[in-house]
Amino acid sequence: MTDNTKKIENNSKLLAWIDERFPYSETMKEHITEYYASKNFNVWYVFGVLAMVVLVIQLLTGIFLTMNYKPSSEEAFSSVEYIMRDVEWGWLIRYMHSTGASFFFIVVYLHMFRAMLYGSYKKPRELIWIIGMLIFLVLMAEAFAGYLLPWGQMSYWGAQVIISIFGAIPFFGEALVEIIRGDYSISDITLNRFFALHVIVLPLALIALIFVHIVALHEVGSNNPDGIEIKDYKNDQGIPIDGVAFHPYHTSKDLVAIIAFLMVFSLVVFFAPDMGGYFLEYANFEKANPSATPEHIAPVWYFTPYYAILRAVPDKLGGAIAMGLSVLLPLFLPWLDRSKVKSIRYRGWIYKFALTTFVISFISLGVLGVLPADGIYVSMARFFSILYFAFFLLMPYFSMIDKTKPVPDRVT
Amino acid sequence: MKLRFCILISAIFFTPVGASAAVKKPLMSANNDIYDIESLQRGARNFMNYCSGCHSAEYIRYDVIGEDLGISQSQLKEYLMFNAQQTFDTINASMTPEDASGWFGQAPPDLSLAARAKGTDYIYTFLKSFYLDNTSPTGVDNVVLVGTSMPNVLWELQGHQKYLQNENELKLEVYIPGKMNEEEFNSFLRDTSNFLEYISEPVKIKRQALGVKVLFFLAFFMILAYFLKKEVWKDIK
Repeated sequence: MTDNTKKIENNSKLLAWIDERFPYSETMKEHITEYYASKNFNVWYVFGVLAMVVLVIQLLTGIFLTMNYKPSSEEAFSSVEYIMRDVEWGWLIRYMHSTGASFFFIVVYLHMFRAMLYGSYKKPRELIWIIGMLIFLVLMAEAFAGYLLPWGQMSYWGAQVIISIFGAIPFFGEALVEIIRGDYSISDITLNRFFALHVIVLPLALIALIFVHIVALHEVGSNNPDGIEIKDYKNDQGIPIDGVAFHPYHTSKDLVAIIAFLMVFSLVVFFAPDMGGYFLEYANFEKANPSATPEHIAPVWYFTPYYAILRAVPDKLGGAIAMGLSVLLPLFLPWLDRSKVKSIRYRGWIYKFALTTFVISFISLGVLGVLPADGIYVSMARFFSILYFAFFLLMPYFSMIDKTKPVPDRVT
Repeated sequence: MKLRFCILISAIFFTPVGASAAVKKPLMSANNDIYDIESLQRGARNFMNYCSGCHSAEYIRYDVIGEDLGISQSQLKEYLMFNAQQTFDTINASMTPEDASGWFGQAPPDLSLAARAKGTDYIYTFLKSFYLDNTSPTGVDNVVLVGTSMPNVLWELQGHQKYLQNENELKLEVYIPGKMNEEEFNSFLRDTSNFLEYISEPVKIKRQALGVKVLFFLAFFMILAYFLKKEVWKDIK
């Protein structure tokens, strides 16, 4: 017997030993080597795996940041500078983490947009979408908590503004604000609890939800750009004819996407880590000063569409409700959308027009959220807020009357 | 009635100087280059001689400056380390913050991150925009930061500026010349702003070079991944 065959035999013995005790081979088959997804995935289908890559970047860099960061109002700001200057490769770890935060939202927004393009939230994938929306909410909380940690001016004042929104809730709003802050103003106590949330509670919730998201996905199978079920046409071995195994087919494709992503990511990390003040705001290079309000407070870019909606409503409570609704409305997409077809490829002009309007509104609101809220900008924010809500609220109607094209049986 | 109306209109159009000064003036461009090591060396000298008396830079160490800007330990000690014993010390101001608050009303800010928070254009324009003002306790005011408690520490080099209001233009003009002409003074400020940008993020002068290497590596890896994908997918139509 050669060494090699002996090795293989030992390996299969080990595998058999494990499989008797843990469904290793079965799990690998079901989720990796024999999980079939459509062969016609286009570039929109890479953002799920890219979100996973960013998650890993955030977790790994986060661990090393935690080793050197001091969650106290006295030391937080200088410990970040200590990481940037004195910790070996600390600057790289920190820039990867800060850039990762923004990229997390970029890939997640694109991932969500893919679902809207191809109707991935429609039956039987409603739960995947809902779990995905929960992931998005937790991600927002995670990003918000993390943004306080460097304890710069914008960390402090941004948190001040966002937390005070909860104060608009009648009866118990002010009490709720105190519970969130743990103090009468944002203080060392707030920083400590946000640190706990950011490094333990929310990441755990995130990982658990992502796990459930993928389990749900693998139960019903992935959608595809044609929005048809590949499981309807199987060969005699029970394998979908238009599907290819996740590994090695989709993994080899994803690898190309991951490297392309890492190249874009590196461009930012090494050449423009503050992205002109959008990924790292300039005012955040000044230590938090409770007695000096910055001239212009703007949240980080990924929250600005919602922030613009908040400011578009003249009433504080009304604004808070509008903002909450704008975040939550997409959750109901599976039931708002009454179209017979999933994919935009077979929808009529009305949906295409509506989706384009929605994208323009969302991006415009994002831009307006950065700009000061005065003059023409307020009117514009109101106009685009109305379009944003109209997209969701009128969807039951326009998605039903929209003329659809015949859907093919097999993927194209 | 007519007269009052005219006064009102003229009051709107010819607002007092003080009010106009509050209007944000566009910043001048510092036009600095952090890869210009000689400029950074001169900036370090300027900083230690003119700024570090009052301003600290608590996050930057002398030995980091020495290593990055090619300044030897002995040169550091001889020419730059006025307020430090060890080369690994950070830059402390000669004044204590308590004294400073007493003398100026508030302690001068630490300058480690000034260039990242405000930008070098701001610093450059600020340092160039002091003008004589008899009503101010320091004898000067500043166009960029009105009511600043900082005196014009560079008057000796720049000379004294006067605030002029020509027709529609507000202008500062040197009327008592200093040791430097305008061009020399501008390059003095450029070097100083440059040094401030460097200390705000010392790794900046290295990270881009590393980025190029990383991108080359990824590009190479991309080629392999692309052919791997092609090979795996060759049987799928």
